[in-house]
Amino acid sequence: MIVRFIDFFRNRMTMTVQFCYGGLALLVGIDIILGLSGGKHHAHTWVEHYIPGWWSIFGFVSCTLIIFVSKWFGHLGIMTREDYYDD
Amino acid sequence: MMIDLWIHPAAIMVIGAFLLPLVRGHRIIRNVYLLLVPLLAFIDVLTMDKGTFGVMQFMDWSLTFGRVDGLSHVFGFIMTLMCMVGTLYGMNTKGVKEIFAAWLYVAGSLGAIYCGDYIVLFLFWELMAFASVFLVWFRGRKHSLAIGYRYLLVHTFGGLVLLAGLILRYQATGGDISFGPIGVDSPSLYTYLIMIGFILNAAVPPLHAWLPDAYGEATVAGAVFMCAFTTKTAIYALARGFAGMDILIPLGVIMALYGVVYAVLENDARRLLAYHIISQVGYMVAGVGIGTEMAINGACAHAFAHILYKGLLFMGCGSVLYMTNKSKFSDLGGLYTKMPKTFVYTLIGGLSISAFPLFSGFVSKSMIVAAGFHDHLLWPAFLLTLASAGTFLHTGLKVPYFIWFGKNNCSEETWEKAADPPLNMQIAMAVAAFFCIFIGCYTPFLYNLLPYPVHYHPYTAYHVIESMQILLFTALGFFLFIKKLAPEVVISLDLDWFYRKGSKVFMWIARKPIQGFDTLWSKAYRVAGLVPLMFTARFWSWFDWHGIDGVVDGSARLVGYFAEKLRWMQNGQVARYLSFMAGGVFVVLVLLFTSL
Repeated sequence: MIVRFIDFFRNRMTMTVQFCYGGLALLVGIDIILGLSGGKHHAHTWVEHYIPGWWSIFGFVSCTLIIFVSKWFGHLGIMTREDYYDD
Repeated sequence: MMIDLWIHPAAIMVIGAFLLPLVRGHRIIRNVYLLLVPLLAFIDVLTMDKGTFGVMQFMDWSLTFGRVDGLSHVFGFIMTLMCMVGTLYGMNTKGVKEIFAAWLYVAGSLGAIYCGDYIVLFLFWELMAFASVFLVWFRGRKHSLAIGYRYLLVHTFGGLVLLAGLILRYQATGGDISFGPIGVDSPSLYTYLIMIGFILNAAVPPLHAWLPDAYGEATVAGAVFMCAFTTKTAIYALARGFAGMDILIPLGVIMALYGVVYAVLENDARRLLAYHIISQVGYMVAGVGIGTEMAINGACAHAFAHILYKGLLFMGCGSVLYMTNKSKFSDLGGLYTKMPKTFVYTLIGGLSISAFPLFSGFVSKSMIVAAGFHDHLLWPAFLLTLASAGTFLHTGLKVPYFIWFGKNNCSEETWEKAADPPLNMQIAMAVAAFFCIFIGCYTPFLYNLLPYPVHYHPYTAYHVIESMQILLFTALGFFLFIKKLAPEVVISLDLDWFYRKGSKVFMWIARKPIQGFDTLWSKAYRVAGLVPLMFTARFWSWFDWHGIDGVVDGSARLVGYFAEKLRWMQNGQVARYLSFMAGGVFVVLVLLFTSL
């Protein structure tokens, strides 16, 4: 059952991707509506209140930063061959 | 008369462990026993009254084994619950040695959690290290022994630092051994030494490298135990003694980010999870550093949730290792058709650690971040939120994707072996998965266990939308840059480089300069000392043989000769005596006449 469920989406990849993009747009839309309707009273900082979709930007930038900075750091010599300590 | 009967849950685990080798017979009897002992410990914890128990007088000290309060109760509860789950998971291991070591390890953790003084704490603290090392050694691979020794040496170092702190504190306070808030407002040398002892076990950089080193090598079931007990017991100890210690906030943030960075680089699934322990424990350390009631609650709640979801993740990846003998992404991929149930359980662990709404991390992690925002600690709060994006990136996306989807790197043999694990392992994962969802959905279960009253409501529309945005836009980044995250067949150098390479330098110094000098000295001694000594010895040997022995032997031979002659003369014949006498008189007369 689990495999069939997964295969259902894998076999319809274009639809799945479009569905996901739709979900992302919906999230940003809800955030904007929350901002306009005064639903952000739990927000702690200025940026959360006044930048629409702030946490979307934050999530995407964080992910990108983590990937690129980590890989850059790794390729400075931190990542090395597996038998490095066997010498 | 009321009998004050208090049974320490650690005692149940220790007695249970020592009786374990005696439990023979049908497999069902053994399995019932394996479940019964942690269950008894769990019931013991559930039925304990709050108060102080098990006070014993030892020399001048009053030792307290049982301090039951809100803080110790929440940790005792989750430790015994995880012991049940871990034992269920490890039930099919051959022999009982792994479970034996694991139960003593759990006993060490429970002993440290319920103790009321530093002496008992130290005793159980060391028991944890010395019992858990066997969970690494029992892996039985070429490197296991060395890794176990590294683990043990690092923890022995931490234990000695802790001991130094305890002794200095004992001296400074005039004999106070009680384990409680240490006075973080006026820290002295012993405060920092005790803190270093604790944060080494919490794997705070730069004292963290033992964790991925050991947990990546531990046995399949051993890693499930190890990921729960050492670091979280350290969090308990920090929460007990160091709440509000400012330095823990930046250290916690560094941990959260450090683990995330190394998780990007990691090719081994279990080492990746180990780095993510560092990241997640960073939230707890920061929470203890913030020190408010909300932050301490958050640290405890996150430790509670973390033990379950990290255990679940280690069980999921452990199942892959158990079935295929592989744990590297570069040897796996595309397994969702072969191990679908394991995938679902691991995904639940991944969603929980990533703090998806309705999963456990959502109701625990956010409490610490919110405590940071409440205290106007904006940078720590934002950086912890950034790290949470990294958590989803690795544990929620990278681990499931590169094991169960992605490029199929499996060899034919790996593919053949791959299947969902035995039933007991699946049930253990199902129990942990149930709690991950239950805690996320029904917050009073966890919140009522916390040491302080909870005034935090995670399920606000804003918080849900905030979390979903961070998580799903992280997922967007993951799929856009997925090629950058493709597994590379490498290891990542960490700060253990210093003592691993340092030990090689030490060995080189021992082999080359020290042993070289020793050889040279031996040679010089042989030439300048031994040769004259042997010459002298030979001379005295000759002198002894020819000089001393010659004189002594000659005298002896002479005495013997005369004795023989005397014996011959004194044979009792009167005629011979008379003839000798006559001979003698004749000789005397001849001498007299010749002298005249």
